[in-house]
Amino acid sequence: MGILEVKDVNKRFGGLQALGDVNLSVKENTCHAIIGPNGAGKSTLLNCLVGKLIPDTGSVLFDGNSVLGRTPFEICQMGISRVFQTPEIFGDLSVMENMMIPLFAKRDGAFRLHAIESVASEAELRTDAERMLEEVNMLDKANMHSAAMSRGDKRRLEMAMCLVQNPRLLLLDEPTAGMARADTNNTIDLLKEIKEKRDITIAIIEHDMHVVFSLADRITVLAQGTPLVEDSPENIKGHPKVKEAYLGEAA
Amino acid sequence: MFGLEKKDARLLLLVAVLVAFAPFLLNPFPEGSAMAQFNAGYPDLMQRFVIFGIFAIGFNILFGLTGYLSFGHAAFLGVGSYAAVWMFKLLSMNVLPAIILAVAMSGLFALLIGYISLRRSGIYFSILTLAFAQMMFALAYSVLTPITGGETGLQLALDDPRILGTSQTAGGNIPVPGLFGLEMRDSAELVLGSWVFTFNVGYYFAAIVMLVSFYLSIRIFRSPFGMMLRAIKSNQQRLNYTGLNPKPYTLAAFVISGMYAGLAGALMASMDPLAGAERMFWTASGEVVLMTILGGVGTLIGPVLGAGAIKYMENIISKINSDILHGWFAFLPDGLEDFVVAIIYPFIGKGWHLTLGLIFMGVVIFLPGGLVEGGQRIAALFGRKKASDDDSGKSAKTEPAE
Ligand SMILES: Nc1ncnc2c1ncn2[C@@H]1O[C@H](COP(=O)(O)OP(=O)(O)OP(=O)(O)O)[C@@H](O)[C@H]1O
Ligand SMILES: [Mg+2]
Repeated sequence: MGILEVKDVNKRFGGLQALGDVNLSVKENTCHAIIGPNGAGKSTLLNCLVGKLIPDTGSVLFDGNSVLGRTPFEICQMGISRVFQTPEIFGDLSVMENMMIPLFAKRDGAFRLHAIESVASEAELRTDAERMLEEVNMLDKANMHSAAMSRGDKRRLEMAMCLVQNPRLLLLDEPTAGMARADTNNTIDLLKEIKEKRDITIAIIEHDMHVVFSLADRITVLAQGTPLVEDSPENIKGHPKVKEAYLGEAA
Repeated sequence: MFGLEKKDARLLLLVAVLVAFAPFLLNPFPEGSAMAQFNAGYPDLMQRFVIFGIFAIGFNILFGLTGYLSFGHAAFLGVGSYAAVWMFKLLSMNVLPAIILAVAMSGLFALLIGYISLRRSGIYFSILTLAFAQMMFALAYSVLTPITGGETGLQLALDDPRILGTSQTAGGNIPVPGLFGLEMRDSAELVLGSWVFTFNVGYYFAAIVMLVSFYLSIRIFRSPFGMMLRAIKSNQQRLNYTGLNPKPYTLAAFVISGMYAGLAGALMASMDPLAGAERMFWTASGEVVLMTILGGVGTLIGPVLGAGAIKYMENIISKINSDILHGWFAFLPDGLEDFVVAIIYPFIGKGWHLTLGLIFMGVVIFLPGGLVEGGQRIAALFGRKKASDDDSGKSAKTEPAE
């Protein structure tokens, strides 16, 4: 059984069947890509995994435990982190503070009244934050106001915020959209390295096929809310149905 | 110093010095001169400066950090005052037990009201807090008269039990609030030439409490808890998906700021041992919002400045009347004198609200960061690079978030 098991998940928005009988099994310590045309339901599927949406029917198991009925922060505490399609960071805070918050969440849990301690005296967490920023080449921006950064930088920061929590399952929704080519390549290298070094499972939604084929061990093609095929990258490349539904557009 | 960073320690020290020398600083004009009108160094007003400073410092922990705009914080001020007066009636005239009970009671009320109001955010949250405060005002004014004294307010009486004290003084009077023998109303006067400076026990007591409150608020601003509160203002969604539960954080901020309000209420009662329902009226809640915004939302010192500015105007500008104006402009030819007085007249006396309104509008439009931003700009004009000393070190942005 995979670390993530999605079974018969359905989600309707009014008359629109955004997800129809989605089944997905993601094996531990692999990278599973989900591709499909715009509006296929990819982001909706992720929303059902992290508690942002509740599926109409079906079940979602993470490491054998159901995530349904849990709040987003509980699901995160279970070990699932998510990078959003539009960057979600703390825009009013500095880059360093953005990194400290997930570290506090990891160490202290969902709530702790640490009102008299000082952030500045948390040397250990600071070192962790700096190390992670170094990995995403952002250490020089540590004191920057995060809202003032480019979209690509915000994305990298968001990814660093997720990675620094050492999640068991990392969900990435188009992590390289809006990034310059060089940054995209850096991101690929970073994710490859993380995959090798850590026990981490990655589910990635991506339109950039270069990224998908560089990282994925397994690919699911989603079209109109239903998985079309699931196979290895080699087989997906040549699959006629996929070409028709998705790659055809690009080719 | 005290676990503060250098910059913050310097700010605290500066405030401490200003507060300690306030009786001099606020009385720059010699007694009997035309400008003596503008002296603010008398005990009553100085007490109000620091007490409302405490109120605003606490309010800023909620509004400045989380962006949740409470429109009912005066309710906690009222609860604090009532609790303190009850303590004076039942236990003793020592202000410490009164303050302790007041802070505990306002904390309890804040827990209840916050728990319910924080189910919503944005304008709905503001309306809920306003509704609660107005309900409490109405209750205090009518149904709860046995506890609150209703329309007349809660006052001390000669037959109050005061188990640890005396019901009456030897002279048959009601005893006055004090701290182990030091009476809050006691003052010493220093006459230097034509200047008179007053040093009042109540003021210095309230000032010390204010400095401690200010110190605690700096610690909160710099703590992980304070950072979470700013994160709530910035992006609650991200906070949730980072594994943090925003609810208890906002509730804790609400309770802490409610306790600050209760502390301020207790000090008001300690200076003048009576409590009335009007202390909870919505205008009182609005006033602390104005103070915070005027001074600089989310900055450390801003709320204190805002409280000082508003209380100064309320007490000084409102006392100017047309006779005084005529006195000032007597040097002008008669017609012109009347004209100038007629122009200025709407802005003084009872019209001080108009002056306040205009200043407030000016600040919000031209200095969204409040007086603190004004100070920073002036400092920048003079080329001093210590502009950021006076604020929290963060951007002085004032958008009331969700
Ligand atoms: N909260 C919502 N309410 C109503 N409709 C929604 C909602 N979220 C998504 N949809 C609809 O569901 C469908 C699937 O959307 P989704 O965002 O999952 O697509 P996607 O595969 O992520 O597309 P893209 O590649 O453009 O990000 C779309 O038609 C979208 O309009
Ligand atoms: Mg999407």
